[in-house]
Parts: sequence; structure tokens; C-alpha cells
Amino acid sequence: MLQLCLTVHTFFNLAVITFFYFSRKSASFYTSIMAVEFEGGVVIGADSRTTTGAYIANRVTDKLTPIHERIFCCRSGSAADTQAIADAVTYQLGFHSIELDEAPLVQTAASLFREMCYRYREELMAGIIVAGWDPRRGGQVYTVPVGGMMTRQPVSVGGSGSSYIYGYVDSNYRAGMSKEECLKFTAEALTLAMERDGSSGGVVRLAVVSEQGVERQVILGNQLPKFSTV
Amino acid sequence: MALSNVLEPAGSGFNFENSTRNIVLENGSEEGKIKAPKPMKTGTTIAGVVYKDGVVLGADTRATSEEVVADKMCAKIHYIAPNIYCCGAGTAADTEKTTDMLSSNLTIFSMNSGRNPRVVMAVNILQDMLFRYRGMIGAHLILGGVDCTGSHLYTVGPYGSMDKVPYLAMGSGKLPAMGILEDRFKGNMDLEEAKALVSDAIHAGIMSDLGSGNNIDLCVITKEGVDYIRPHRESIYNYKRQAKYKYKPGTTPVLNKTVNQLELVHETVQMMETAGSS
Repeated sequence: MLQLCLTVHTFFNLAVITFFYFSRKSASFYTSIMAVEFEGGVVIGADSRTTTGAYIANRVTDKLTPIHERIFCCRSGSAADTQAIADAVTYQLGFHSIELDEAPLVQTAASLFREMCYRYREELMAGIIVAGWDPRRGGQVYTVPVGGMMTRQPVSVGGSGSSYIYGYVDSNYRAGMSKEECLKFTAEALTLAMERDGSSGGVVRLAVVSEQGVERQVILGNQLPKFSTV
Repeated sequence: MALSNVLEPAGSGFNFENSTRNIVLENGSEEGKIKAPKPMKTGTTIAGVVYKDGVVLGADTRATSEEVVADKMCAKIHYIAPNIYCCGAGTAADTEKTTDMLSSNLTIFSMNSGRNPRVVMAVNILQDMLFRYRGMIGAHLILGGVDCTGSHLYTVGPYGSMDKVPYLAMGSGKLPAMGILEDRFKGNMDLEEAKALVSDAIHAGIMSDLGSGNNIDLCVITKEGVDYIRPHRESIYNYKRQAKYKYKPGTTPVLNKTVNQLELVHETVQMMETAGSS
């Protein structure tokens, strides 16, 4: 009886997943997110569009979620899944940090995300970039894409809009950029992604995480960098 | 993780018993293929706006069961707490039960802690529950309230996603309502402006969506209290019934009549042990 329940359950799960690919109307962040390391911290950025099907449910979403004082995550994929995962990891990391009585490492946060995204990979759709600053290793960016892999990269892009900016990012990234150069680089890359990807748009939200803390900024639609319109 | 889900402790994993039963029923014996009945949807327009002193929530009052209007005076603005109200769109039963459960949990929390619940608490409890059921509970909710931290307006989707925004419309009539809100919303409006805006947004939904209609209900929540205006604007198509449908006594002939006197044989009183009794 239990086996029958399990097979029906997995069948139902598969049915839900296939159904999802064609017509699921959950709120999603098919988005553009990006994070860049620099000397002394990280710059993270995201667009601000949440869609349910063809309707923009929220045009001013904040996809840069604080996990701890100096650790952020950029969320892409299903809104519900990423919010739930971020809540769970925030709790676990907070508990861990109190136990250790010191600031947690960015690698720990990324591992917690990876653990959850890999274990529940069949049920979840979440692509997450974890970025922050810790006293041991400085600014770090870890990417945890759909499926639950984790790897550290100096610059990482994610979401549906990222496909359009791999060339731009690869050709324009230089190691050793300053904070202002990183901010400009991120804003321009995200603008280009938002121009071409229908699921990304709205405003560009940026944040700088460093030893001094967090500085957030918003670039409104009419203030975005302009590129030639051909 | 501790939750204030005191009535129903969160079980581990997902409970899909009813879904497996439905699949077995629908794919059952060849002759007796049972079609699952379509759930009653509210086909709604609901909207909410944060203004200077609080939150204004609005809703239409039509509940449809496919093409028939099942309820012309449906109440879609549900009570959650003295300072929090919730508009529900989607499957009528799901929104009713979810908001009832949320209200009970928050009342127990209030009694336990002696505090008024905060809007974020309601949102977190809803998110946890709806995420656990993975979209099977078709409740699209707009939560609005005023607590010690200010006025808040949240939306929670059926899959468990949440957004915090200053103005919002949900339901099948959300596209026309959102158009009105995007055009005329300003920060820090005063009460009459905010009520007119929400009322016009719902009206746009009623005019442009078949699933919304009849009257407009408003609920104004401020630090001082709640003003539940039902109805705020009545439909101009409210017609009075043309005839009385009562039957005169004697229309149905009485054939015969017997009276049985029930005799009281024995009476006992049993005292219940309650916590408060000494």
C-alpha cells in the first residue's frame, strides 16, 4: 500500500513537473542577476520584474535578499521556492552564527543553499547567487544554479537574461576593478540583459557589500545607461 | 522551526491523500468514470491601497459557479485580526478556510502573548502553509493591516510567494483595476481620495470582467480601528423581486395529523472538569 502511494506520489510529482513546463502560472523570476567581486567586497545587482505568465505581478521586486549582515543572495527562478529557501537558510545561518559567536563565512551560506537546492532538486526551481564579505577571505561570489551545483567565481550572472550578456561580461571583465568600476559594469550588463530579455525589466537594484557594511541603490528606468538603438 | 500553528502542527512532507484518491476515482472503472466537480471560483476583483493613515481594501461581491452567479452578496474581505483584514481571490472554499485558520492561529497567539498580531506574522504563516501545499490550495490573497510598525499591504500567491507593495489588485479583474491604480496612485493620499481610487479600480474590474460584479465592499483600516463598509457602492442593476414566493397556509391539503407526547423519563446532570473551575 505504501509502495502504491509512493509510486502514485512520484507519478503525480512528474505530472506536476511536466504540467509546470507548459502552463504553470506561479510567480517566477525569469530574471537577470549578477554579482562581481572586487578588492574589499562584492557588488550585486538584479532587475525588478516578477511575472505570472504574461502578467507582471510586481514591477519593483527586490531580488537582493539579505541572509546575514554582510551576506546577500540574488534570487532567480520560482518566487515561492526562492523565498522559502532564503528564509530557511537565513534561519540556519543565524543559528550557526550565534553558536560560533562570530560572523559566518560566505562559503557556509553558499553550502547551506547548495545542500537544500541539491537535496530537493526535483521539487525546486531556484537559481541563486550568494555573495558577501567575511573577515577571513574578503569579498566572495558563489553561484548555486538550478540542480544544486556550487562553485566560486569572480563574476557570475544568472537568470534568463544572463544568456544575452555572457559575451559582454567575458569581454569587459578585468580582474582588479575598483568599486565604482564594478558598479558601472554591473549596471551596464544588467541594462543590456533587460533590453533583450522579455522576462527582465523595471529598475536595476544594486548593492555593495563590504567590511563597512551594505550600501544599496536603485537606478530607475529613465536613468539607466543608454546604448545605441539600432 | 517554531510556528504559531498551534491548532494543526505542521506534519513532515506533503499530504497528497486527496489527490491520489481523486486520480484513482477519475481513472477508475470504465463504466463509472467520475468527473471531479469544478470548484467554485470567486472570479473576482480585489484591490488594496496604502494611504496616509492606513490601508484601504476593496472587493466586488460576485461568486460564480462556471456561468451562473452563485452568490450576489459574497463577502470577500475576511477578518483576520482586529487590525488585519484579508481579501481573497481564487477558489472560494480555499480562501475561506485559509483565512479562518489564519485568524484562529493569530487569536491564539494574541491570547498567549498579550500582543496584537503583526501583519508580517500573518504573511509568514500563510507563506509556510501555502508553500507546503505547492499550489494545491488556490488562494490568491491580499493582506492589509496596521500594526505598531506602520501600515502594510502584502500579497501572497497560491505557491507561497509574497510581495510587499503600496498598491495592488488581484483576481480575474486585476488587469483593468491595475490600470486605474497605476494611473492615479500617489503616495500619502488622504482617506476620501484613497476610497475613491479603490472604489474606481474595483468598478473598472466589474465593468470589464465577467467574473466580477454586483456591489463594491470597502474596508478602511487605521490605527484607531476598522471601518467595514458593506456595501460601499451598490450595483445599479439591483432589481426587486417581481412577486412574492410565499405559499398561503392551506395550499397543501393536510390528510391526517398525529401527535406523540414524548415523556421525560430520567434526567441526569454531569459536571465537566474545566481548567478554570476550582
